[in-house]
Amino acid sequence: MLKSSLLRDCIIALVAFAIIAALPSIFPSKGLTDFMVRLAAFAIFATSLNILVGYGGMESFGHGLFFGLGCYSFGLIMQNFPFVTIPGAFALTIVLSMVVGALVGAICVRLNETYFAFLTLAFQMLLHSLIIAWTPITGGDQGLTGGIPRPAFLGIRLDDHYHLYLFSAGLMIACLLAMYHLVQSPFGYTLRIIRDNASRAVFLGIDVFRMRLLAFVIAGAFGAVGGIIMSLFVSGAFPDFAYWTISGEAIFMIMLGGITVFFGPLVGAIMLLLLNDVVTKLTSHYGLVLGTIILLFALGLRKGLLDFIKDWTVDRRHGQASASARSAARAATTAAPAAAPARASGE
Amino acid sequence: MDLAALANCLTSASCIVTQTTSGLIIGLLLFLVAAGVSLIFGVLKVVNFAHGSFYMLGAYFAYTAFQLSGNYLVAVLAGGIGVAIFGLLFERLLMSRVYGSPVLMQLLVCYGVILILDDVVKIVWGASFLSFGMPETFQTLPILFAGGVVPVFYLFLIVATLVIGAILGLVITKTRYGKIVRAAAVNPNMVSALGLNTSLIYASVFVIGGLLAGLAGGLAAPVRSLVSGMGTSVVIESFIVTVIGGMGSVAGALVGSLLIGLVRSFGTIGFPLFTEGLMFLMMAVVLIVKPSGLFGKDGG
Repeated sequence: MLKSSLLRDCIIALVAFAIIAALPSIFPSKGLTDFMVRLAAFAIFATSLNILVGYGGMESFGHGLFFGLGCYSFGLIMQNFPFVTIPGAFALTIVLSMVVGALVGAICVRLNETYFAFLTLAFQMLLHSLIIAWTPITGGDQGLTGGIPRPAFLGIRLDDHYHLYLFSAGLMIACLLAMYHLVQSPFGYTLRIIRDNASRAVFLGIDVFRMRLLAFVIAGAFGAVGGIIMSLFVSGAFPDFAYWTISGEAIFMIMLGGITVFFGPLVGAIMLLLLNDVVTKLTSHYGLVLGTIILLFALGLRKGLLDFIKDWTVDRRHGQASASARSAARAATTAAPAAAPARASGE
Repeated sequence: MDLAALANCLTSASCIVTQTTSGLIIGLLLFLVAAGVSLIFGVLKVVNFAHGSFYMLGAYFAYTAFQLSGNYLVAVLAGGIGVAIFGLLFERLLMSRVYGSPVLMQLLVCYGVILILDDVVKIVWGASFLSFGMPETFQTLPILFAGGVVPVFYLFLIVATLVIGAILGLVITKTRYGKIVRAAAVNPNMVSALGLNTSLIYASVFVIGGLLAGLAGGLAAPVRSLVSGMGTSVVIESFIVTVIGGMGSVAGALVGSLLIGLVRSFGTIGFPLFTEGLMFLMMAVVLIVKPSGLFGKDGG
């Protein structure tokens, strides 16, 4: 059954890729290709954060650590070692981000809730400070300038707009496919058990620490892929890519799009990027408009767009009975913070 | 890294005096903001990310009040009271609606408010830096102490923040209201079952937090440039302070703030580029060794 669903999803992914590949010939515009590359970076980044937040119940404020790490590691390798190819630098960056993820994660995932959030933030800001302070290597607050060499590999020339567009889109689809199957796997369901009730997971014989750490490492590796795409797009790396605001953006994407549906972060990324582009074009009062939209979402829907649509369709299908069951379930999730001390003592 | 400069400073009395007073100023003003963050977290278990904007509003309210009245005391009070009212509105209209929601939803609401306030400040007061100017009373020659230069206004700031902090401490530990607040922090259901209005307590905590942040903004206005977005670094630092001191502990906030203030003032001499990194390093170490903070009660 798993094999047939994988086959089906691969076919869907190929169709999606074919459609995206054809888009520029129908709507030839540099705005579209640029948007796609940025979307690829942020969709992968936000979806990887949602593995932690939505499936693992680990609210990280510092996921930008991996975005910045991916950017700088990839850029530095390409600039300083001319003999390394793009796939080589890509692989090295992923390995590095997994090592960092394992070290940081081993320290962070023991903590619960707010403390986990703040410790991840602290590690991200440490990377940011390191980038600012280590000027000879990282270029300090100027960032990595001078461009990142993008030698051709396998006939792919990433200095070409259309090639970068295809490469980013393909990477986005491949990463989303991989993450989709990850969260549908037994590992994904183990994460959900831990999220819902960690002490019960311990009774079932699940090694909660190891599962959380694994999720942290995997999410970090995918987060770094987002960073790599961004460094290819801007042909450089800037300290802002490691600043806490980048984690903030990913959080808003998943909260706008929805955390209970796999494609919520993708939708959120499209929404926030479009909002950014449209609002900055239409008005100089960017903060006022975007802030108001965010408040309307947070206080009006109280959940992401896809979460809202999902609940709404479930309500319609099952009528009132399931709605009351769901509100009971929601009450249980809001009571979860109170259960946190129990969870900590259970570990 | 310029450790030689730092060593130089640490061996000269005048440099120590100058840097310590500036560190105390940074720390004590930060304490007023961080105490509010800590209090709100202690009672409501809500992290108020918009607290830096409270501070910014306080500075701007004070600026306008000073323009109108020319009286610095009136300006500071206007900052405090204005932001206290704003804190009440913020809690009643926005935050109280997301108390049961996940932390990230609360973060989203705060971020929306931060964006809006930063823009509103730009619209009302302009996008360029504003300078408050030193109140006339304090335009006197600085005091020389052990060769170090200490402006009179700095001494005033130290005394004023300490007095405000002492009043806050007395209110929390000695009054009936303080007892109710501390009880609500431990068990809000029991407090509510005893017939006390918890909504009122929650709102009052935001009022106090707003008052403190507004006073801090007003007090800081003469020694800081006013600009939209000035609250961001303050709110980040006050999180570091509350984590180091222990969330919910006012005494911890004081110790944490002074620590951060001194690290900032001496750090700018020794390692100007890594001062922020050092603060986050301290925060990480505290979280790893004792997640509940230096003054926190239960283990994380």
